[in-house]
Amino acid sequence: MTARDEVLGRIRTALGGEPGGGAHPPADPSSAGYRTHGELDQAALLDLLAGRLIDYRSQVRRTEPDKLLDTVRAALAERGARRVVLPPGLDLPGLSQPGPGQSGPGQSGPGQVGTLDGVELITDGGLSAGDLDQMDGVITRAAVAIAETGTIVLDAGPGQGRRALTLIPDYHLCLIEAGQVVALVPEGVARLRPDRPLTWISGPSATSDIELERVEGVHGPRTLEVILISTID
Amino acid sequence: MSAPTFLGLPTAPRGVGHLRGDDPFPVAARRALADSQLRRNLGKATRTIRAKRAAVVGELPDWEALRDAGQAIKAGALAHLDRYLEQLEEQVTARGGVVHWARDANEANEIVTSLVRGTGATEAVKVKSIVTDEIGLNDALAAAGITAHETDLAELIVQLGHDRPSHILVPAIHRNRAEIRDIFLREMGDVDPGLTDSPSALAEAARLHLRRQFLSAKVGISGANFAIAETGTLCVVESEGNGRMCLTLPDTLITVMGIEKILPTWADLGVFMQLLPRSSTGERMNPYTSMWTGVTPGDGPQQFHLVLLDNGRTAALADSEGRQALHCIRCSACLNVCPVYERVGGHAYGSVYPGPIGAVLSPMLTGVEDNASLPYASSLCGACFDACPVKIDIPSLLVHLRARHVDEVAQTRRVPSPEAVTMAAASWVMASPARFEAAQRAGRAGRLLGRSGRIRRLPPPLSAWTSARDAPRPPAQTFREWWKAEHFAGEGGRAGGVSPPSQRSRGPGAPGVVPRESGAGGRPPGEAEHGDTP
Repeated sequence: MTARDEVLGRIRTALGGEPGGGAHPPADPSSAGYRTHGELDQAALLDLLAGRLIDYRSQVRRTEPDKLLDTVRAALAERGARRVVLPPGLDLPGLSQPGPGQSGPGQSGPGQVGTLDGVELITDGGLSAGDLDQMDGVITRAAVAIAETGTIVLDAGPGQGRRALTLIPDYHLCLIEAGQVVALVPEGVARLRPDRPLTWISGPSATSDIELERVEGVHGPRTLEVILISTID
Repeated sequence: MSAPTFLGLPTAPRGVGHLRGDDPFPVAARRALADSQLRRNLGKATRTIRAKRAAVVGELPDWEALRDAGQAIKAGALAHLDRYLEQLEEQVTARGGVVHWARDANEANEIVTSLVRGTGATEAVKVKSIVTDEIGLNDALAAAGITAHETDLAELIVQLGHDRPSHILVPAIHRNRAEIRDIFLREMGDVDPGLTDSPSALAEAARLHLRRQFLSAKVGISGANFAIAETGTLCVVESEGNGRMCLTLPDTLITVMGIEKILPTWADLGVFMQLLPRSSTGERMNPYTSMWTGVTPGDGPQQFHLVLLDNGRTAALADSEGRQALHCIRCSACLNVCPVYERVGGHAYGSVYPGPIGAVLSPMLTGVEDNASLPYASSLCGACFDACPVKIDIPSLLVHLRARHVDEVAQTRRVPSPEAVTMAAASWVMASPARFEAAQRAGRAGRLLGRSGRIRRLPPPLSAWTSARDAPRPPAQTFREWWKAEHFAGEGGRAGGVSPPSQRSRGPGAPGVVPRESGAGGRPPGEAEHGDTP
């Protein structure tokens, strides 16, 4: 008998002869009594997200779509980043048009290099872990943000890239659109696609392993900065 | 009394892994209690984490509804465990993963060892995983010439200190910063001799020490917090990013999970991703959670193996009452609120699963006989039940396992145990008022032993009772004697030559209350004081 058959057989023996044949109604979230939909409007949702991100020591900037590039520029300058990796498909409005102080990769192919105010922007085309370790940071978008927990979720979709990009560089700059923000964890789960590799991020990497004292920055990026993009009221 | 219900299903085998201690709990606990540094470290850590958990649990208006949902989902998953495991296997396989089944620790260790060998690697990086510690995987790999590097900071401290984990969430909770600094200086080899003992400096030392290993690792080994039957998705919850490193950078990923970790549907994560972080680290959400389904071309490991482990879980499943111990999501909230754990720490339990849930889970996985002292390692105060995010009724399970143990021993012994003899004698005595009164009078001889109001040691065979607690000094007068003296004084009902307590009683409003000097600390005569719990 294979181990598979034996383990499955043991389970059936263990469950056998139960009153009701071990039948359990499947859990139905809509009738379960816990919250599945938030009630905040978009402005309040963004405020809650910003507050929760800051509470877990992320840095937060607020901006509007037409000022996004300026905000990115300011964040990179403040960070002092010189070489930053971008995932394929990261579309920064304004970056693809040549202009003063910039020439961009925009939608260009992997491995191409552009600059923004002297910061090298390198689009990922299969950089090695060692290459990524030489980068000062990474800029990505996200799939969903959950306000109540201060969580951003990446799903490796366009503008997010493979998981290693947001893991090895020490600085992660993440761009969140207002429409991507939900209030509650169950809402976030409902929006996500399980067939994609998902990374839930709530603040920079941290440990409390020594005397329960929180230390930010162990193996993942030690600095997480989030730009929240909202349309003008 | 319920009969053993594990239907002859095999428990976790002896001689491999870390589910059984070298000493029974009372012996190990006494040793731990003598270590004042350990008690200080534990007291500080559990106080801190209790406060954090209480704060974030209090933020949610629907916490109780989430607990109910968590309990219902887990019960449903176990009720159809065979079907959900088959579904998980189908989904993982369809997405390019390979599923292996292991009856027990030995088989799981063989599978993982041969998978690592198959890659040609002699090293692997590991995410913190209690199940791999349960089966003793690192020892098995070492015997095959493969070095497993623990990468969680606390697991690294434990590994470098040649130590054992003592907490589910914070395995090095028993170590303070100065001890950790000494371990790093002694064991790391590549560390700055000027290393201070500030937690941030120690974390930085670990970051540098592990960075090279992560970037060159060929094989990663992990456990799993959840596995979704519906989608084949695996989930690992962590804080430091070492988990992401191990799950993302190697070419080959091997995940070992107990079969009870399964959740039926994707939507179930909406419940458990709220319950686990808040109960575990006391955060609204832990810094990093990774979820993956099979293999994703161009992203992460291109070989994925999932090992499904029984190792006594089906034996636990067969106990229809004890089964709920398998609902455990390893958050460790019950450890942090437990007055026993807080004082003795995790090592005293002898198993990788310490604390209240460990006192239930370990005997269920090994068979009660092999961890017979653990169901008694509790004062049954109930704090663990209140803290449990999936509402496992741990106090009732402890009592259930005590009963199971008594029944199992009774069935196998040809000569009744001293406890069984005592209980049978007590039953005979209590069946007759005359015998009961005579026994109470005889018990007064015990006053000679407890002149300070407590008896610290009874003579054998009763010494077993006082090995872990004091017994109250028997009162000078039993309740029955007092009652007779009080109500039938004129009819010669005064007993035993003791002066009537009515002269000293506090008045009609307090019948049965006698002053302190007459015996058991102001309680009615004959009522036991609580002994000191270990």
